[in-house]
Amino acid sequence: MIWQFDIIILIFLVITAVISLRVKDLLAASMVFGTYSFLICLLWAGMGAVDVAFTEATVGAGISAVILIATVYNTRRDSSD
Amino acid sequence: MGETFKANVIDHFNFWVAVVLMMIGLYAMITKNNLIKKLIGMSIFQTAIILFYVSAGVKDGATIPILEHHAAETEQVEAGEHVEGHPVANHEAHAINPDDYSNPLPHVLMLTAIVVGVATLGVALAVTQVIYKNYGTLEEDEILAKIKAAENDG
Repeated sequence: MIWQFDIIILIFLVITAVISLRVKDLLAASMVFGTYSFLICLLWAGMGAVDVAFTEATVGAGISAVILIATVYNTRRDSSD
Repeated sequence: MGETFKANVIDHFNFWVAVVLMMIGLYAMITKNNLIKKLIGMSIFQTAIILFYVSAGVKDGATIPILEHHAAETEQVEAGEHVEGHPVANHEAHAINPDDYSNPLPHVLMLTAIVVGVATLGVALAVTQVIYKNYGTLEEDEILAKIKAAENDG
């Protein structure tokens, strides 16, 4: 584990989490949440958990983002908060 | 002060961020009005718990928990020598040292947690679509108002 990478990724992780919860456009929130999943996948590859990183890349950044975007297209895009 | 700061914050930064992300997710689940925002908060909460567990399995100077091919061969040769009755002289030198590999047990447990998390998210989003079909909105207060109005009519 390279601690410089670790700290940079963790800070970006908190930033993306806050952005995805504060942005009012739900499609943008879904995309930023996909970025969050990809960042945490990088973090796990760095920490030596390669099996968890593979699963997060396919399931977290892939399937979760796709089903979130599908739900946004089937419902509505704007949010009150 | 400087040493204490390094020992408490820099060396355990993963755990600090895990708690911060957990509280962000909990806050979103409680206070957000939109159902999809609540679900994003739930996913952030889940990844924070997974981050906590995977961080607990990290060791300093350890590599990924996969044995290399030649390590297994060396062990087989040594086992053969042992059967023939020769004293195993340098068994310690070729033995697999668990300190060289990060702990794989939290990884396996959290692999299950990721799959359960995405299944939860999928079912919750399906329920959200049904709610939108019945009430025409994703905002919690509007849904509650419509439920209350329907109860008063009936």
